[in-house]
Amino acid sequence: MKGGFIENLPRIYGLYTGGFIVFILIMALFEQMGMSAETIGILFVAFTVVIYAAIGWLSRTMQVDAYYVAGREVPPVFNGMATAADWMSGASFVALAGGVYFGGHGYLAFVVGWTGGYVLVASLMAPYLRKFGCYTVPDFIGTRYGGNLARLCAVVVLVVASFTYVTAQINATGTIASRALQIPFEVGVWFGLLGILLCSMLGGMRAVTWTQVAQYIVLIIAYLAPVIWMSNKQGFGIIPHFSYGEAVLKIAELEVTHGVGTPATESVAGVRVLTTLHNAPGTGLSSWKFVTLAFCMMAGTASLPHILMRYFTTATVKAARNSVGWSLFFIFLLYFTAPALATLTKLQVMDPSLPTGIIGKAFADVAALDWIQKWSSVGMLAIRDSNADGILQINEFFMRPDIVVLATPEIAGLPYVVSGLVAAGGMAAAMSTADGLLLAIANALSHDLYYKIIDPKADTKTRLIVARILLILIGAAGAAVASLKLTGILGAVAWAFCFAASGLFFPLVLGVWWKRANRAGAIAGMVGGFAAGTAYLVYLRTGGDPWIGIDHLRFAIIGMPVSLVLMVAASLMTEEPSKEIQKMVDDTRVPRGKEILSADH
Amino acid sequence: MSQDDSAARVAHWSKTRNLMIIVMIIWFIFSFVVHWFAKDLNGSSFLGFPLGNYMAAQGSLAIFVVLIAVSNWRQNQIDKEFGFDEE
Repeated sequence: MKGGFIENLPRIYGLYTGGFIVFILIMALFEQMGMSAETIGILFVAFTVVIYAAIGWLSRTMQVDAYYVAGREVPPVFNGMATAADWMSGASFVALAGGVYFGGHGYLAFVVGWTGGYVLVASLMAPYLRKFGCYTVPDFIGTRYGGNLARLCAVVVLVVASFTYVTAQINATGTIASRALQIPFEVGVWFGLLGILLCSMLGGMRAVTWTQVAQYIVLIIAYLAPVIWMSNKQGFGIIPHFSYGEAVLKIAELEVTHGVGTPATESVAGVRVLTTLHNAPGTGLSSWKFVTLAFCMMAGTASLPHILMRYFTTATVKAARNSVGWSLFFIFLLYFTAPALATLTKLQVMDPSLPTGIIGKAFADVAALDWIQKWSSVGMLAIRDSNADGILQINEFFMRPDIVVLATPEIAGLPYVVSGLVAAGGMAAAMSTADGLLLAIANALSHDLYYKIIDPKADTKTRLIVARILLILIGAAGAAVASLKLTGILGAVAWAFCFAASGLFFPLVLGVWWKRANRAGAIAGMVGGFAAGTAYLVYLRTGGDPWIGIDHLRFAIIGMPVSLVLMVAASLMTEEPSKEIQKMVDDTRVPRGKEILSADH
Repeated sequence: MSQDDSAARVAHWSKTRNLMIIVMIIWFIFSFVVHWFAKDLNGSSFLGFPLGNYMAAQGSLAIFVVLIAVSNWRQNQIDKEFGFDEE
């Protein structure tokens, strides 16, 4: 092969994609030849995880800038793919469509919030942070505002937000690994962690970048393939996204026929019946809940360090900016498919004129279906003939929201190879996000806490060894917490966004856009916002009533205003920043010229 | 960078800021305003979808993608205009 690694990227990943498709076809062939569904599932997950680990091994490094920022040579398109994988977690992949399925319109606030946040990243943050030349997000806070206290506050917020998030991801890898490999959940969690560490430990950001690109390719194929297949079977064409409006209307009709909204007359642990209408936005309070949730997710997107640090890896400021655009494009491919998937799956289940429809069919026939039996046996689904009329009603069909994506191929009667593919995709999504998060935490602790605060004289080798030890320790802590199963995946994710937005959003934005912002303001903003948000969360979790619909998914609505007011007030009450700092801000705003921080800082 | 480019810096930043404000206004409309009125929008239809549903499931998302692309293009123009782009 001629040229360096970077020049050959399109060819390398082209070959990889081709290879993966060949692998899928071979699996399909094996299925025809009678290979069991279990074996196919195991092969899919094992094969992809081994590939990621191999990429992680090949990307090993002992250079500081390769370890922290992938050598700042990642082209925008590839950084976009890596960011998309970094971003789309197990929650996006597994739970999002299920959430739309059960939550209807209100749930689409996540879809809007998790895309709109990138407008903030592109306009307010990424290009300027790239120009700064920092290795981590606290690196920016610490240098812009000066002093170890500001840096330390940023590290604390980062660790709390990212750790909350990473336990949910390790939980998701454990769930998928345990299902696909037929091992207990607790073992699955540690297996997942092993895969995650193999991808990140030896090569840091460089290894994470190139595995994330590989993981994006797997997850997007795995997400789109079943939807396109199902859409074809239902007659919505190859690309359902533009034509499933009919399905939305059809569901509205069926909701009346089936009486969606009737509560179940009995309850089954861990599963629920569908009671929310598919497309019924409200006004007033429900509009308020939609926009506040979207806002929290957007502000969180623009404050989460594992996302922001991806834009430190491009070669130029312009490339950082463009790669935000690519990121959103690659994310958009999945997010505008999720509602389509939810809608088509719901139609499959609800429409009695389709062969897959189960609502309104004879109870005994439904109970005999393979997928109903399989998912019932693991407690993820249940049917009960509550009124004993021999027909399955909508309020007699219980399901766990998380399984919508995983069960869709079976509901639609697609071959098992598609289910194996989806499991591999879910694994890729959860692993890639966990990798990014673990690295963000370990880098902040090793670079900002250890090197910048505790031992500024440490040599390169010591720094990188400390970074790796921290990575293992934090990963192990995350896996230990995950195996306790304290929170649901989605709750933990929303909390992470709210923590990050409450503590970091304004100190980051105003650091670039308001020259007058100073150290006292930044510290007041970080501590005050984070404390206010956390206090409100504690109030809610100890039985307090939410104020005007601001529940635990939205606590940044309390934290962020407190952060802004305190930051502005404290900045104005204290001296303006020094001439050097103001010059630094001026230089940050201009793409041309040297980075603020040198490569060996 | 020399001292005498300070006028250019001020002008460059003022244009950058104005672009940011325009982007934020469009972002605000498609993030919040449109969805606040989702129920009313559902009275109209687009590509066969109820409009309120369409905007939340696809419309706003697509507009965000285009918004970033256009504002990046404009920002690059601004940087070039003042000679602040990277060679």
